[in-house]
Amino acid sequence: MAGYILKRLLSAIPVLLGITIIVFLIMALIPGDPATAILGSYATPENVAKLNRDLGLDKPLVNQYFIWLGNMFQGDFGQSFALNRPVLDEVLERFNATLILAGTAFVLCSLFGILAGVVSAARQYGFADKAITFIVLLGISIPSFFLGMMMILLFAVNLRWLPVSGMWPIYGDRDLGALLSHLTMPALALAVVATGVIARLSRSAMLEVLRQDFIRTARAKGVPERGVIWRHALRAAMVTIIPVLGIQAGFVLSGAVYIEMVFQWPGVGRMLVDAILKRDILLVQGGVVFVAACYVMFNIVVDVAQSLLDPRIKT
Amino acid sequence: MIAFLRLLARNRLALWGGVVLTIVVVLALITPLLPLADPDVTNTAERYKKPFSDGALLGTDHLGRDLLSRLMWGTRLSLAVGFAAAIVAATIGAAIGIVAGYYGGRTDNIIMRGVDMLMAFPYILLALAIVAALGPGLMNALIAVAAVNVPFFARNIRGITVGIAHKEFVDAARLAGMSDARIILTEILPNVVPVIVIAMSTTIGWMILETAGLSFLGLGSQPPQADLGSMLGEARSALITNPHTSIVPGVMILIIVMAINLLGDGVRDALDPRLKSGALSRPMPATLVDRKQVPDAIGDGILTIDDLQTQFHIKNRVYKAVGDVTLSVKPGECLGLIGESGSGKSVTALSVMGLVASPPGVITGGAVRFKGTDLVGAPYETLRSLRGNKVAYIFQDPLATLHPLYRVGDQLTEAISSHRRIGKAEGRAKAIELLKSVRIPNAESRIDSYPHEMSGGMRQRVGIAMALANDPDVIIADEPTTALDVTVQAQILALLNDLRRERGLAIVFITHDFGVVAQLCDRVAVMYAGRIVEEGRTDDVLDAPAHPYTKRLIECVPELGGGRRILAAIPGLPPMVDRLPDGCAFADRCDKAAPACRVGDIALVATGNRAVNRAVRCIDPEPAPRTEAAQ
Repeated sequence: MAGYILKRLLSAIPVLLGITIIVFLIMALIPGDPATAILGSYATPENVAKLNRDLGLDKPLVNQYFIWLGNMFQGDFGQSFALNRPVLDEVLERFNATLILAGTAFVLCSLFGILAGVVSAARQYGFADKAITFIVLLGISIPSFFLGMMMILLFAVNLRWLPVSGMWPIYGDRDLGALLSHLTMPALALAVVATGVIARLSRSAMLEVLRQDFIRTARAKGVPERGVIWRHALRAAMVTIIPVLGIQAGFVLSGAVYIEMVFQWPGVGRMLVDAILKRDILLVQGGVVFVAACYVMFNIVVDVAQSLLDPRIKT
Repeated sequence: MIAFLRLLARNRLALWGGVVLTIVVVLALITPLLPLADPDVTNTAERYKKPFSDGALLGTDHLGRDLLSRLMWGTRLSLAVGFAAAIVAATIGAAIGIVAGYYGGRTDNIIMRGVDMLMAFPYILLALAIVAALGPGLMNALIAVAAVNVPFFARNIRGITVGIAHKEFVDAARLAGMSDARIILTEILPNVVPVIVIAMSTTIGWMILETAGLSFLGLGSQPPQADLGSMLGEARSALITNPHTSIVPGVMILIIVMAINLLGDGVRDALDPRLKSGALSRPMPATLVDRKQVPDAIGDGILTIDDLQTQFHIKNRVYKAVGDVTLSVKPGECLGLIGESGSGKSVTALSVMGLVASPPGVITGGAVRFKGTDLVGAPYETLRSLRGNKVAYIFQDPLATLHPLYRVGDQLTEAISSHRRIGKAEGRAKAIELLKSVRIPNAESRIDSYPHEMSGGMRQRVGIAMALANDPDVIIADEPTTALDVTVQAQILALLNDLRRERGLAIVFITHDFGVVAQLCDRVAVMYAGRIVEEGRTDDVLDAPAHPYTKRLIECVPELGGGRRILAAIPGLPPMVDRLPDGCAFADRCDKAAPACRVGDIALVATGNRAVNRAVRCIDPEPAPRTEAAQ
């Protein structure tokens, strides 16, 4: 098992390098001169040349890439000029908030999605199946940011059950209760789309498995139907569901950008959008590389989970 | 194409989606012709007018602009950008995928590595990075959304292309001297277009959502021009005071995306042939029963099957898999059920405990009695408590019939714990004992193996051990030795025979091999096209087959040391059980078929001594071969 984990970690290295190359190439597309962008249009040519030299922008692209990569290895993601603080510090702080939001949403969508899919498959064409199918369709069709706004209207403005936005109360204790009350709406709004996708997939995975011969064997043994569904069928269906959970984690992370905007959640997504609007390129670069790297690592965890679940995978 | 559209139209939801989408698209197309207010003219005196007020059907926004007009123009823009992004992504992605799949080798490797890298990003990070580089704007948002979706198309299309690139017609085109470009355009492309259409129909809703999302973030369309996303983004600050400005564009996005998703699902279902036959229905816990009357018990024995009819109802067709089958088996007896594939023998066996997959299976008549209790239509719990407990099954191909992800020991213990409480240690001990009883060496360590770690013969033994777990009275073995080689087969048969003698088991043994029947069975019933055509003691049937079909079937069995005998295969195929001919179903393949064979129903008639239960369904049974018997 340890060998397998090591193998997966090693195989992640080229992917991580590829990510840095792609991000670097995209940023190299930026029209115009970054130094001019930083110094403003009234900068003297001498100052622009000096800044270019300081930033290493006068060197060939390949050299620039390796300097940037080397610095990142040493934990130096550069300095955000809009915030005037190290990119890494800002990203780590913001990522924390995103992790709480996206992590909760991910747990919610995995649980509800699989549950809905299993019930739907077990009651195929029944009332529960039709109801779930309809709700799922609604869920995957509604823009999460619109859903978030409607939730604010209903639960925060009209019913006054939950706070409108933010991660912490402006006044008052920063305790778990306060966090949960602020987290509920954004996490639910974020989970809805992924729940729909996971439910759909779980349903078809379950239907596929329920037709297999080993399900008939379980029934022939006299296993109660509940055991057939939850122990036999779901266990086998998980082999197809788990990789999808990995993919959906990426969608949850993506959707977090919108949800953070709607709910004023101080996460990395809002940071990126602000940085783009302020043309704070280093912050965008660092944020994207960092989050993408975390996502790659998460997918290794998914693979390992998969190999634990399926003894047929050679580890 | 017409068949496809008809299939699509039959799907009511897809039809609705199509209708709604068509209306929205048409409205978007004719927007410039409609008598709408100018969407960009501000009028701060008329800010935030409520919907249904004078002159503004949907009200006005924070700058007093007419919301209806902005909604129409915004829809137009959102649809245009979404479709454009889908087309760009599909074109580039398909081109990349076809090139990678067609050329293969290093080209493929390099391209797909790049695609994998792109897919390693959560999609929005890539989109944000692109917008960050190009700057906010609708065109750039379009590029970003299209770019993010290219890898998805590339990977899908590559997979299909690889499959096609090695087909004969492509080789033929190559031999004919066609250039690669021409092969791709005339041979490959037409074959991948359906896949592109499916992929587009399932992703276009996403692309509209994604572009709306970027606009919502302020990274897409820039004021005063507005698509639905930026309308929503601008309205956000007035969400609490004037929610209608948010609800109007939000609901529009919902309607569009939902219509597209409904239509997309319909397109996918219509193009995916696997779904056409309803193959994706899951079997229910017990077979459906739709029976008019309960027949009287005919045979006697621990398990009796009386006039059983099992059918498969697929669309408008009715497949009569089992027609009026009557069988019985006594304790300690082994009954063979023999016939070609598709003769209905397995369905007969599965009907006993309601294990025929349903839908599409339905038991339409007859009774199955275990110790006198009718099981057809019995409550699920009655069936379940007997399954594996009193009546156990052994199935063919144990790699498919054992759960692949559980250790065999756990699967054995579960067979017991489904019927009575059993402790963990006791269960394990019992599982080891069971494995030993079917002569599995090293049972103590084998118990922790997964099915894929065992050989076919071992797995079959596990299947038998599982059937024995609760000391059943009846075992129904459905071709348990078919997948095995001859020596293992002989061992398994000997094992079953011993168990029957030791435990007084009643066995129903299903096979298509007369050799196996001769070794194990006391009596045999021959099935053809869902009906029993001959029945009797094994020796009697083997020595003097009365039905022409039985005779031909026996002649198919090669005999060791039998000399250079020509094995006589039976010409033709069994009839389809949804269109059974009148009279004898075997008539078309029978040498002796006479006109009378094709008229009316031919009964199963008892012949000879009633005590030996000899019966045949033939108007001109084979004469007993006295000469051979005399030898």
